[in-house]
Formats: sequence, C-alpha cells, structure tokens
Amino acid sequence: MGTMVESAKPVVQEKKKNSSTSTFIRVIRYSGVRIVSLFVTVVVGIYLTIMIANMGGYVDQMMKASIQENVTMSIAMDPAYRNMEPATKAKLAEERIASEIERLGLDQPLAVRTVRYLRNALTLNLGRAQHLTSDSGSRNVRQIIIERLPYTLLLMGSSELVLFFSTLFLALSLSRHYGSFWDKVTVTLSPLSSIPPWFFGIFLVLIFAAELKILPFSGVIDAPIPPTWIGRTLSILKHLILPAGSLFISSFFISLYNWRTFFLIYSSEDYVETAKAKGLTSREIERRYILRPTLPTIITSFALLLIGVWTGAMITETIFKWPGLGSITYRAIGLYDTPVIVGTTIIYAYLLALTVFLLDFIYALVDPRVKVGGGGSAQ
Amino acid sequence: MSKLKENLKEFAKYPSAVAGTIIIVLLIIAAIIVVIKIPYDTAVSKWRGGEEVWGRNPRNVPPTWFNWFRTDKLIESIELGLEDEGVEVTEVVTEGGTRISTIIFPLNYYYATFPQDIVFYFNSKYESRPPHVSIRVVTPDDREIRVGSFGVRNSYTYPISQDSKLKKNLGNISPQIGLFIQKGDESRTAVQGDYQFVVEAINFEENSTLDVDFVLQGQVFGWAGTDHMRRDIGLPLLWGIPVALVFGLLAAVGTSVLTMIFAAIGTWYGGWVDGLIQRLTEINMVLPFLPILIMVGTFYSRNLMTILGVTIALSIFTGGIKSYRAMFMQIKESTYIEAARAYGASDGRIISKYLIPRIIPLLLPTLISSVPAYVFLEASLALLGVGDPVVPTWGKVINDAYENAALYRGQYYWILEPAVLLMITGLAFAMLGFALDRLFNPRLRGM
Repeated sequence: MGTMVESAKPVVQEKKKNSSTSTFIRVIRYSGVRIVSLFVTVVVGIYLTIMIANMGGYVDQMMKASIQENVTMSIAMDPAYRNMEPATKAKLAEERIASEIERLGLDQPLAVRTVRYLRNALTLNLGRAQHLTSDSGSRNVRQIIIERLPYTLLLMGSSELVLFFSTLFLALSLSRHYGSFWDKVTVTLSPLSSIPPWFFGIFLVLIFAAELKILPFSGVIDAPIPPTWIGRTLSILKHLILPAGSLFISSFFISLYNWRTFFLIYSSEDYVETAKAKGLTSREIERRYILRPTLPTIITSFALLLIGVWTGAMITETIFKWPGLGSITYRAIGLYDTPVIVGTTIIYAYLLALTVFLLDFIYALVDPRVKVGGGGSAQ
Repeated sequence: MSKLKENLKEFAKYPSAVAGTIIIVLLIIAAIIVVIKIPYDTAVSKWRGGEEVWGRNPRNVPPTWFNWFRTDKLIESIELGLEDEGVEVTEVVTEGGTRISTIIFPLNYYYATFPQDIVFYFNSKYESRPPHVSIRVVTPDDREIRVGSFGVRNSYTYPISQDSKLKKNLGNISPQIGLFIQKGDESRTAVQGDYQFVVEAINFEENSTLDVDFVLQGQVFGWAGTDHMRRDIGLPLLWGIPVALVFGLLAAVGTSVLTMIFAAIGTWYGGWVDGLIQRLTEINMVLPFLPILIMVGTFYSRNLMTILGVTIALSIFTGGIKSYRAMFMQIKESTYIEAARAYGASDGRIISKYLIPRIIPLLLPTLISSVPAYVFLEASLALLGVGDPVVPTWGKVINDAYENAALYRGQYYWILEPAVLLMITGLAFAMLGFALDRLFNPRLRGM
C-alpha cells in the first residue's frame, strides 16, 4: 500500500544559506508540481476504473437488453394495454425503450459518456445509482455512500486503531526484550498473517456463534431492534466483535513482527549504543533515539491506515453481512451498478492523493533533515 | 560446494523453514499424483456431471472417519449390485417359461442412526411385457415388511423414502426410519441385527433381463463427505491442491519476476522510462484491486487463467517495484557494471546478465512469501462467487458451504476440510518465506 509514499529515508542536504524567499518559492513550486502530478494520477486511475466498470461498453449492451426486456414485459403484463393493437403496442414499447435509454444516457457513444462520467466523478457529482437504493429508498449515490459510511468507519476504525496502537506498543516492549519467550512466539506466529481476515472469520463464527452461541453469526443489529439507545449500542457492539476481531487477528502478528523488527534495527544503531553508554534510561533512549527517527514511518503507516478505514473490507463485510462500503461495492458489481463502483473509488483516490501530498509536509515537520521539495528526492 | 553445505546448515537452523519445505514438497507430489490419477476432464465431468454421477450419494453427510471419534456410529453408505459379494440370487423357471428370481441384499445394521434413504435402481430390457418386482424386508426379529411391488419399465428408480403408501403402513413414519424400528415405538430405537432386503423379480419374457442395484444412503460418506448436491467433496479437495499450487506459484513468480524486470529497466534507462514506471505505480495505487478482479470475473470471464493474468498485471506496479528500484540503484553504481559498460556491453546484456542476477537471491524470499496471498486470493474470489465455474477448487467448496449456511446447520466438515488444506498450504509457504527472508537479509539475520 505504501508505494505512493516516498520511502522515509531522509534526504540529507549540504547546509546552504537559503534565504526565506527561495524556500518559499521552492515549496510553492514543489507543491504545484506535486498537485498536478497527483491530480493526473487520480484522473487516469478513475478513467481506467470507469472503463473497467463499463467493461469497454459491454455493460451497456447488457443494460440495453435488460431495458428492452423489462419494458416489453411490463407492457405485455399491464391490463390497461390488453386491448391495444399489437402495432400500437410495439410502438409504445419502442418509445418507452428509447426514453429509458436516453434517461440513462445510453444513446451517446461510450467515449463521450465515459468522459462525462469522469468529469462528474472528479467533481464528486456522483449521480444516481442504476439499481441499488439506500435504505431510505434514495437512488442518490452520495446518499447510499453516506448511509454506509458510518458502519465501515465503525468496523474498520475500531479494528485498525486497536491494531495500530496495540502492536506499536507491544512491539516496543518486545524490542526491549529481544529473544524473550514472547518475542520468539511472535516470530513463530508471524506467518499466520498470510491468512486473510474472512478465513479467521469462519473460525470465529464456528466457535462463538455456531458452537458457543454467545455472539451473532452476522448482521449489524438484533431483530427486533432494541427500543432503548443503550440497547441499540450494545447490540451493535455485540455484532461488531466477530468481524472486527477477524480483521484484527489477521493483521496482528505480522504487524507486531514488522514493528518489532523495525525497532530492533533502529535500536542496534551506534548512537543508541552511545546513549546506553551515557547511562540514559531505556525510556529516554526509546523516546529520543528510537521513536524520533522512526516517526516518519509511524506517521506514514498511520496515514495509510486512516485511508484504509474509509474503503471498507469487501470480503469481511460481505460474509458478515455488515452494511458497509465494502459490501455495497460488492453488491454494486453484481448488479453492474457503475455509478456506485466509481463513487467509492473516487473517494478513495482523493483521500489517497491528499494524504500522500500532506505526508511530504509532515515529514519535513517531524524530521529536520527532510526539506520539502529538496533536490535529489527519490522522484 | 562447501558454501552450499554451509547454507543448508544455516537453513536447517530454522525448524519452520524445514517444516514448510517438507509440506510444500508433499503438496507438490500430491498435486502431480492427483493430476495423473484424475485427469482434468474426468475431474470436471465428475464435478459438473449431473445426477447420474452423484445421485447415489447421500446428501450433506460428513466423512466416514467421523465414526472413529464417535461411540454411537453413524451408518455408512452401501452400494450393492447383483455381482457383489453377499448378494444371493436364486432363479426358478415355472412351466409357462416365467422366470422368478429372488435377490437378497444383506444389511448388517448395528447403528443407532438411520439411513438418509434406501434406493433401488432397476434397469430392465423386454419386448412387450415389463418385468415385475416386489420388495420385502426381513428384520432381525423375523418380522416381514412388504415394501412395494410394481412393474419395471426400462429404467426405474425407487427411493423408499418417497413411498407414501409404505409410510402410512409403518404408522406415518418415514420408511427409512420406520423399517428399522418396532412399529409404534415412540422412542424410535433402532432394532439392530442382520436385515435382508428381498427383491422378487418376475421376468415374463424369455429374453427379458432385469438389473437391480441396492443403494443405502448413509449418514457418512467417503473420506471427505458430500455437499448439498450429493457430490463427493473429496474430488475438489484433491483437485484443489494442483489448482492452489499452480495459481499461487504462477501468480507469485509472474508478479515478482515482471516487477523485477520493470524495475531493472526503469533504473537502467532512467529518465522518462523510469518516470513512466513511477507514474504507473501511482496510478495502480488508485485502482481498487479486489473490485477490479471481481468486475473482470462478473462482466468478462471467470476463467482461472484470465483471473491469474489480471492479478499479475495489477500486481506488477506496486510497492515491490520501489524496493527493487532502490536495490538496482546501488548495483548500477558498482564498478563491475562500469567495467561491463567499458567493454561495450549492450543495455540488454547489462540488464539481463549483470543487474538481474544480483537480485535473484533477494527475490526468492519475497516470491515464496507472496504465494499464500495468491492462494487465498483464489479462494476469496471463489467465496465471492467469481471463482472459476468449471474447475473444482477449495474456494468453491467453501463458497458452496457458506451459501448453504453450513456453519449455521452444524455441517462443519464442509467448511473445515478445505479451510484446513488452505491453511496448511498458506502456512507452509509463509513459514519458508519468513525463514528465507531472515536468512538472506543480513539486517534481519538472527532477529
């Protein structure tokens, strides 16, 4: 995931006497170039997604066929038209099909339409869904996404934040006790993370839902919905445990192992040895000499985590019937609902571009060796 | 040679690496045997064949070895034909030329559970008058129960569970249960002992023939059990091995090798080539990986090889390309490359003979560590319903099980068997990959 973010390796520059104006100009110019390049990236990425979501026009053919069938059927079934002449009926059907095709914009060539889709997507004018509706019955894609977003934020937010902070602090303590029992356990168990969350989900459901019957199989709230506010909260939390737990377990060991190894590498640096020799306490060493230089990396992964929280976990949400963005995207694909697919993608793309852009500045803030737009960057 | 030995010694220090290697080798051997013993076409036709292939199996039952762990044994499935051992056939010819044959199918019934069904498959050949059969059951306590009697036209299947007349006679208890208990026994305790299913067949014509198969659909079947369509799960479990290995390995090799080549080309030529590769990597980050795969599966083709190709194409320009690039940057500056340039080696030669070979040892851990992700990807896609529709795989079994609420109904074997195989395969590669990473990466050595 972290490819777009430049590696946290600081660019050490010879100290030059830069006047403040030249710094300002450099930052402005760099920001401009970066914004343009990121925007082009988003545009190309979204256009590709639109093309794929339309399967190069294939989806149109299917939609036209389905409109034809639906209209013809509805006219044939409608008792109001029973006594109509076949010729008039056919004409009526034709008219309706044409207006339906026009309504969906299918009469225009694909290239024109995809460019229009692109413009709408980029301006966050997400349009109307073709088949899906929000729970309140709206076809508005923005409405659909906004309705699903809280669930995804709850699921992803809770699991990812707990994962991030628990592994970070556990890893720090493991790196202090290198070679201890728990350290060895972590190293041994780290391959477990090659198993995806839904897989752990199956086992968790088997144990806690099917066998012990203490947690629900899937869904987000009990039916009937509890009347009180507290009851509803508790019910949602109860439903949250298994999906969030499977997301957590799946990444826990690898995350812990990576942080631990990362801290170990930094704590074997010479300056840490020097600090030890000076007699600093391990807490001081940790704060000044281990956490400080690793801060850019920690911030990067935290920022990427925050973006990830917005996208949802498609498979986990689907198998737990969790009504988040991931499961709606999956349903949208099944229904060939291009606007919804593009809508979720564009939000992700913008968030990613924004984060990547901001990270450059954050690096400069936390690491005095990094200069925004400094030459010799890994670009 | 001594260096190799040293490396092997070092390698042996990691028990997880050794275990992983052993499992991988066993899986590869198993995959080869499976593909030879059950060729692709056979596997597909057995998996997609239809009722005639799996209709005789019981529906949704666990594997036979479940009985090893149970005190109250589940009844096993039995299939008997006329030629099978224990089946007695006696024939009497009457004066009018009518042949009356009595066929006895024995059943040692020492179970507490009842069969899912008992089915007679008849096949007759005649000119005008079809053979007539009547079936009765002799119980261990010497009761005789008339089951049914009818004429057999061509091929006829008689499942006793569907016989409503028999059900009525047995006191409104399904025949597959009613035959094995005392009439009116509320507790439904099975009468254990030797049963005899007697089929009396009357051939009216001289040349008419009648073939009978006795099939008892038990509560356990085979070594893997059956699914909701009565299919033997053993087949996809076996065929899942080569599919998982081929998909995982091809995707891993394809991705890492292509990533490395692109990184080498980008680093070597620099300039706009490098820039283009960097931009492609950034664009690829915006593209939603899993939704695109599902879209390809839904809109275009669910063929395993198509999905594999798209997976590789989407995985080339990702994080890996940057780390390879950093490595190539270092190598590019080394003196031996300069020497190669001095003697006039072409760009292609330098890339293929001098740049890439240096990276290959570093490629191996990454490659092996990435295999599980692709093995699970295939299963994930199948779980989402965009798995290959033809090939029997582990993911398909999990998908079937999930869609039929196997966990909810307590049919754990259905999900756990493919899941355990997936886990073993994934973990074997992951363990080996992690160990190799620590072995090859000097910064991680001993960590």
